[in-house]
Amino acid sequence: MVLSTLIIAGSLGMILWTIMSRGIRSLNWDMITKIPGGGFYIGKGGGILNAIVGSVYISIGSVLLGLAISIPAVLYINAYARRNAWLANITRLVFDVLFGIPSIVYGAFGFTVMVYFGLKTSLLAGIITVTLMIVPILARAMDEVIRLAPEELSDATYSLGATRWETSKILLRQSTAGILTAILLAFGRAIGDAATVLFTAGYTDSIPTSLHQPAATLPLAIFFQLSSPIDAVQNRAYAAALILTIIVLIVSLAGKYFGKRLSRHKI
Amino acid sequence: MTFLQFRILKDRLSGNLFLALSLFSILTVVMIGAGLYWKSAPILREQSIFHLLFSKEWKPFQHQFGFLTYIIGSLVVTGLALLMALPLSILSAVYISEFSPRGLKRILLPLIDLLSGIPPIIYGVWGVLTIVPFIQERLAPRFVPFASGYSALAGGVVLAVMIFPLLISILLEVFATVPSELKDASLSLGANEWETVKSVVLKKSIPGILAAAILAISRALGETIAVLMVCGNIAAIPHSIFDSVYPLPALIANNYGDMLSIPMYDAALMLAALILFAIIFLFNAVSRLVLYRLERRDE
Repeated sequence: MVLSTLIIAGSLGMILWTIMSRGIRSLNWDMITKIPGGGFYIGKGGGILNAIVGSVYISIGSVLLGLAISIPAVLYINAYARRNAWLANITRLVFDVLFGIPSIVYGAFGFTVMVYFGLKTSLLAGIITVTLMIVPILARAMDEVIRLAPEELSDATYSLGATRWETSKILLRQSTAGILTAILLAFGRAIGDAATVLFTAGYTDSIPTSLHQPAATLPLAIFFQLSSPIDAVQNRAYAAALILTIIVLIVSLAGKYFGKRLSRHKI
Repeated sequence: MTFLQFRILKDRLSGNLFLALSLFSILTVVMIGAGLYWKSAPILREQSIFHLLFSKEWKPFQHQFGFLTYIIGSLVVTGLALLMALPLSILSAVYISEFSPRGLKRILLPLIDLLSGIPPIIYGVWGVLTIVPFIQERLAPRFVPFASGYSALAGGVVLAVMIFPLLISILLEVFATVPSELKDASLSLGANEWETVKSVVLKKSIPGILAAAILAISRALGETIAVLMVCGNIAAIPHSIFDSVYPLPALIANNYGDMLSIPMYDAALMLAALILFAIIFLFNAVSRLVLYRLERRDE
């Protein structure tokens, strides 16, 4: 048992070690401040600024859009549908199931939606598809926290004459830390996922200036450049892997920090 | 309008809006299913689903779209991953929940959480840099004359590491639902800790373990990028675990570029996505319902 625990914990260490040791060698200032010099497959100098910016755009956009859908849904099942338990239960089940749907299916679905509306691969299509993928992540994480808010709290607000809308605001405030954790969790998933953006956001060597232009992303920068025979291009892939890992680690550690602070707000 | 009326109006409006957004989220499932079906309908009209699923011929230019090789590829990789991950995860979940000192638990749980946050593409890079060369240089030469390292086994190892966190976190929840009175009763009858684990904790958790395994299978079936990077992507039925395989998600991801230029190609690929969606939807729904029932028993 100890051995299997060690194997599992060790595999994490090994992954981090591999990415760090290989990435450090390729990382330099140009990598994070320049866009690729000679096309992403040809090589020459330059870095992966296009992918960093594209990834950040897509993740922030989809988290914002995702919040606009998931916060109301979660409030609905927690504050509004109290007497309508079956609807709340079905919603929870659906979120759990959607959470398990692989990102390639979201990507394929996003692609059919794009074709239907006549969109090209673009920042916008990428944001919409990633949003679909992270809404269940956001909703599940927030639901878990809001459900923890004591029943007495909402009872107290109702007895003071609050409407459900006003109670929802109280519930949100009570769960601020948890919502931040959910946002960071979703951001981490959004920035790291390749299969959703593969079909929908496309790839480009420049930084997108409008929603209708294609955007590069870090996972795809790794994926495409790793298979290149040219060292300079491969190095960009390793640097991108290191940067992505660092971003994701920072985001999950920040999520842990807010999660811990959650317990301080106990009533 | 009085202030009270305004507040009530706000309550009603927000209620309806919130309901609409909840329904929208629920409908996403239906929309995904319907959208993929809509795109794959042309090929379903032309060829029977059984022919598509059980034929080995994949020749897009000649209108031959048999998925069998890819389905076998997916099953082999997933099977290998589960074979490696399930025993290890059960053992370490038992260790974490029943035996480990509290301080260690506080280190291990965040570590496992961290592992689950790492993006698939990073697992893929790790696989390419360490697992593939290891198989090619050390492991495979002992069994087969030639191996590139890009193999079903590499895919299985990478997937196994990817599903560890999922399995462990669900297993820990499942073990937590076993009533401590039962464990106490077993211990007081003279059973030692390992006997208690074996005949109380594990026995009580069988439905939960099955549910966790099914969730892990569906995660593994749908994983795309990491597997795609290490498993070689050669469409042939593998003869050993050192042969390359070509799983279904990799097929979709690799060919989206030219799927619009060949007739029926896009319908075939969307059908592949629909098959994945249907299987994983079913698996997820069943295992979640089992887990819900376990949690309720707990209350």
